[in-house]
Amino acid sequence: MQPIVSIANLSKVYASGLHALRGVTLDIAKGEIFALLGPNGAGKSTLINIVCGIVTPSEGMIRVGGHDIQSQYRAARRMIGLVPQELTTDAFEKVWDTVSFSRGLFGLPRDPGHIERVLKDLALYEKRESRIMQLSGGMKRRVLIAKALAHEPKVLFLDEPTAGVDVELRQDMWRLVRRLREQGVTVILTTHYIEEAEEMADRVGVIRKGEIILVEEKVELMRKLGKKQLTLHLREPVGTLPESLARHALQVGEGGRSLIYTYETRGERTGITGLLGDLADAGIAFTDLDTSQSSLEDIFVDLVRERA
Amino acid sequence: MKGVSMLNVPAVLAIYRFEMARFWRTALQSIVAPVISTSLYFVVFGAAIGSRVQTVDDIPYGAFIVPGLMMLSLLTQSVSNASFGIYFPRFAGTIYEILSAPISPLEVVLGFVGAAATKSIVIGLIILATASLFVPLHIAHPFWMVFFLLLTALTFSLFGFVIGLWADGFEKLQLVPLLIVTPLTFLGGSFYSIEMLPPFWRAVSLFNPVVYLVSGFRWAFFGRGDVAVGVSIAATLAFLTLCLGLVAYIFRTGYRLKS
Ligand SMILES: Nc1ncnc2c1ncn2[C@@H]1O[C@H](COP(=O)(O)OP(=O)(O)O)[C@@H](O)[C@H]1O
Ligand SMILES: [Mg+2]
Repeated sequence: MQPIVSIANLSKVYASGLHALRGVTLDIAKGEIFALLGPNGAGKSTLINIVCGIVTPSEGMIRVGGHDIQSQYRAARRMIGLVPQELTTDAFEKVWDTVSFSRGLFGLPRDPGHIERVLKDLALYEKRESRIMQLSGGMKRRVLIAKALAHEPKVLFLDEPTAGVDVELRQDMWRLVRRLREQGVTVILTTHYIEEAEEMADRVGVIRKGEIILVEEKVELMRKLGKKQLTLHLREPVGTLPESLARHALQVGEGGRSLIYTYETRGERTGITGLLGDLADAGIAFTDLDTSQSSLEDIFVDLVRERA
Repeated sequence: MKGVSMLNVPAVLAIYRFEMARFWRTALQSIVAPVISTSLYFVVFGAAIGSRVQTVDDIPYGAFIVPGLMMLSLLTQSVSNASFGIYFPRFAGTIYEILSAPISPLEVVLGFVGAAATKSIVIGLIILATASLFVPLHIAHPFWMVFFLLLTALTFSLFGFVIGLWADGFEKLQLVPLLIVTPLTFLGGSFYSIEMLPPFWRAVSLFNPVVYLVSGFRWAFFGRGDVAVGVSIAATLAFLTLCLGLVAYIFRTGYRLKS
């Protein structure tokens, strides 16, 4: 199936000379929830803002629903809703008016029924006659979401939707995202909370220093996340492994010169002691060993360190 | 993606209504202020000076200053409304929504500049109505009066829009109206005929574009101006074209709107 968002070889160099994105290629499938994960300054907002038309790309090609975002910007942008990272709202306008304004801006005729539904979904209906400046920060964020949904987008971008919001709004947001998915809306969100990606996403992309370093199904990712590999470099190549080692589920490396053992870091017992004992019993000697974590985990460790 | 049929009319209307709502929200300042200041001008210029300078070009002085007064407001209001209208969303960050919407630069300009021009025309007409309470007014060429009113409002709203894009602070936003527009208007024959100036200053005045606007506008009222009306019309159109070109250039380069 044709991806709903297709980004090819996208680069961005800001006027300051800063390389914010380097050759990003990414396809988003229709109807999925995609979480873009990465530390502050990785280029998440830049990527989203380029797709939405707020920042001009330096290089690359982007299609939304098959429409080029530059030459066919009208068709492309009609499909897109954006909730920006910053809490940028008007002050004096009333909630109802600002949400209706957004719908008009996207070229749609008035539809009070739709606006009412959106406001009710976001628990904003009671506040429809309030001026935005009278609302709390959390309520303002709801207004931004309502504005983004006013024109019934097919693709919704949420740029750090839960940064600094209270628990209630966070849960409402997750409910909303799931409901949108049921309606066939594609949701792309950025976050630097791993749990958020874990909770909401079908697929996760990790961006670091302007490069997408990994894109993976969440389920697959979680499986890799908790695993570590021990590689034993053997003195003599082995052919078939002795029966006594079967319980360790070892993989044999290239030319039988190494053995690879995968274990759970989260488990209480790694089984390494047992393995080494069994190897000695089987007379298999090794010259060296190393352990590796998936690079993703390194990133997550970095991320966690940044948050702390 | 071209052609009038593709014009995103709901978007233009949305921006227009949004901007007009701001105007009506502050209706008291928007409307009362020009009424008061016009009345003051009449008290100061009309009564005080008018008692000494009875007529200019056979026109009673009180009536003579009406086109100039209207122009003064039209210019300052157009520039400040339009510059503030586009500067504020840039400043507050709400411009993101306009940039991400399926609208062309032309439509953005139509919405913002249309609203700014409407406001200043409304204010111009309020001044006209207020003035008519003080002096009897007869408009010799109503069509051309409306022509100058519309084109001046449009041109200076475009000019204000450019300033609103260029400004990166509230000081700059006020700098141009304060240092350029207001002096040019006061020195542009709003309250006197440039015929009354010594020859040297008369020649200098001819470099002031506002002279042509005021003169044309006054011609529409009284059938007489400082320069031939054809020159006024040409100058107005030229300035409009210049501002349109400037705005088109700005949008083509994404200047100050997109990084
Ligand atoms: N308008 C801009 N001009 C220059 N540099 C910018 C601009 N916006 C963002 N950057 C820089 O680009 C990099 C990526 O920023 P951003 O996309 O906001 O990252 P993220 O959203 O992942 O935190 C950062 O180093 C940031 O400082
Ligand atoms: Mg960001």
